[in-house]
Amino acid sequence: MSLLLIAEHDNSKLKVFTLNTINAASKIDGDIHVLVAGSGCENVSKEVAAVPLVKKVLLCDSPNYKDYLPENLAPLVTKLAEKYDQIVASANTFGKNFMPRVAAALDVSQVSDVTKINSADTFVRPIYAGNAFATVKSNDKKKCITIRPTSFDPAPKTGGSAQIEKVEAVAVPNNSKFIKREETKSDRPELGTARVVISGGRGMESADNFKLITAIADKLNAAVGASRAAVDAGYISNDHQVGQTGKVVVPDLYIAVGISGAIQHLAGMKESKIIVAINKDGEAPIFSIADYGLEADLFKALPEFLAELNKLNTIQK
Amino acid sequence: MKILVAVKRVIDYNVQIRVKEDGSGVHTDNVKMSTNPPDDNAVEEAVKLKESGKVKEVVAITIGEEKAQETVRKALAVGADRGIHVKADSYIEPLGVAKILKKVVEKEKPDMVFLGKQAIDDDCNQTGQMLAAMLNWPQGTFSSKVNLKDKVIEIVREIDEGLETIEINLPAVVTCDLRLNEPRYASLPNIMKAKKKPMEQMVAKDLGVDLTNRIQQLKVEEPPKRKGGIKVSSVAELVSKLKNEAKVI
Repeated sequence: MSLLLIAEHDNSKLKVFTLNTINAASKIDGDIHVLVAGSGCENVSKEVAAVPLVKKVLLCDSPNYKDYLPENLAPLVTKLAEKYDQIVASANTFGKNFMPRVAAALDVSQVSDVTKINSADTFVRPIYAGNAFATVKSNDKKKCITIRPTSFDPAPKTGGSAQIEKVEAVAVPNNSKFIKREETKSDRPELGTARVVISGGRGMESADNFKLITAIADKLNAAVGASRAAVDAGYISNDHQVGQTGKVVVPDLYIAVGISGAIQHLAGMKESKIIVAINKDGEAPIFSIADYGLEADLFKALPEFLAELNKLNTIQK
Repeated sequence: MKILVAVKRVIDYNVQIRVKEDGSGVHTDNVKMSTNPPDDNAVEEAVKLKESGKVKEVVAITIGEEKAQETVRKALAVGADRGIHVKADSYIEPLGVAKILKKVVEKEKPDMVFLGKQAIDDDCNQTGQMLAAMLNWPQGTFSSKVNLKDKVIEIVREIDEGLETIEINLPAVVTCDLRLNEPRYASLPNIMKAKKKPMEQMVAKDLGVDLTNRIQQLKVEEPPKRKGGIKVSSVAELVSKLKNEAKVI
């Protein structure tokens, strides 16, 4: 049989993480069918059809699915699931919201947040905020699986030409209503997907001093993060928080400034490819996981850092 | 109105967990345990709604071994009215937990069920959504603001892109984010008083639901150790390494 993957999109464009999830799914089953459910989302279905790993696209275009309300989306996925062995989505707030409803309706125990696929029924997933990894085997006949997108590379976007099949909407319960979505507006890249993240901790000492961080962020086209201590101290709003209770980030470059490296913060950034720590306390735990550590007073080091960056002819964006 | 609030006993969030040498799990003996952090937010919000007069009764429930009762006692000490302890001696997956909660909901008939958005031990993030689906109720997950109106509840949810506002009909399931509120501490007199509040006991396997676990845990391992790198002596050296060695800028 085949695998059903639920695409995440905003009705006009596919969300990039879906490509990572498609790549992961291809390691479970090669016959990938992708559901694009939304309203006026035909362009998204074409985008998905061009992904070479996708064998078929199911397009369900109905006002019922415009705002991805899980009460509406789950019954559609549950009905389509009859024909599939595996139901897969990204383990972000989109997939986390509706997938357990599908699993419950199918009487299946969901495997959440998969970071590695060993075989069609055996997976690795983080537990205790990534402080341990469990290898688990699902004994359910049908499987509901959510994938941590940042653990997989994105699937190539173009070259395919999968068939697009229209599917009918199903009845909705009419018990929930979408009001609005306020996307965090920033000229900088989103924390969760940025190639470079620079974060400040309690060592920043004030909200005003975060200017030193943002100046470098602008130069590197980086997202700005923070430790929980900096958020709790009121230096920066909580949507910047990186860590167990904030966002988990996996950038190519993570720069931790004035952050000691509490377990709770490390859980959110230790998978980053390159980690830089700038801290005046040479004994700070952050140095034990940093690829490059600079023991220095950040108030001197950050302006110098910016000056050195300004000297470079080119900077990767 | 009545709220059922579910709490789970987990390894305290400040404890550095240790993986067992044989890969069978993590050490829990002599380890500090406490209520799952976002479950404290769920209790706090339920108690605040009671204090506002909109809600009459708050019932706290936990599922687990004898000691799991401590989490219900803590909820009672900050303002829940009575407790339910569903005794279970072994691990039950979120699917089974949701089935137990559904049984209790059918008996207690609350207008809302509050839970933490995720447990910090198994990190599944499923129970609330599964319960909502089984009851055919709407859900407000990752809630950072709730506004209880007459027959609906308006919820602001923390999503990857920012914030989302929804309005869902009652009865409903609400899963709580850490940003929802600041949980209070129980005062000593209230902790004493909580000991006298009623605690109903049930046994999970007597509830007539299928609790067979479907997922086999084959092994638990420590994450790959990240090797510390080098210390650089100056900002100029740092920038040069990032540019020429790591090639990330």
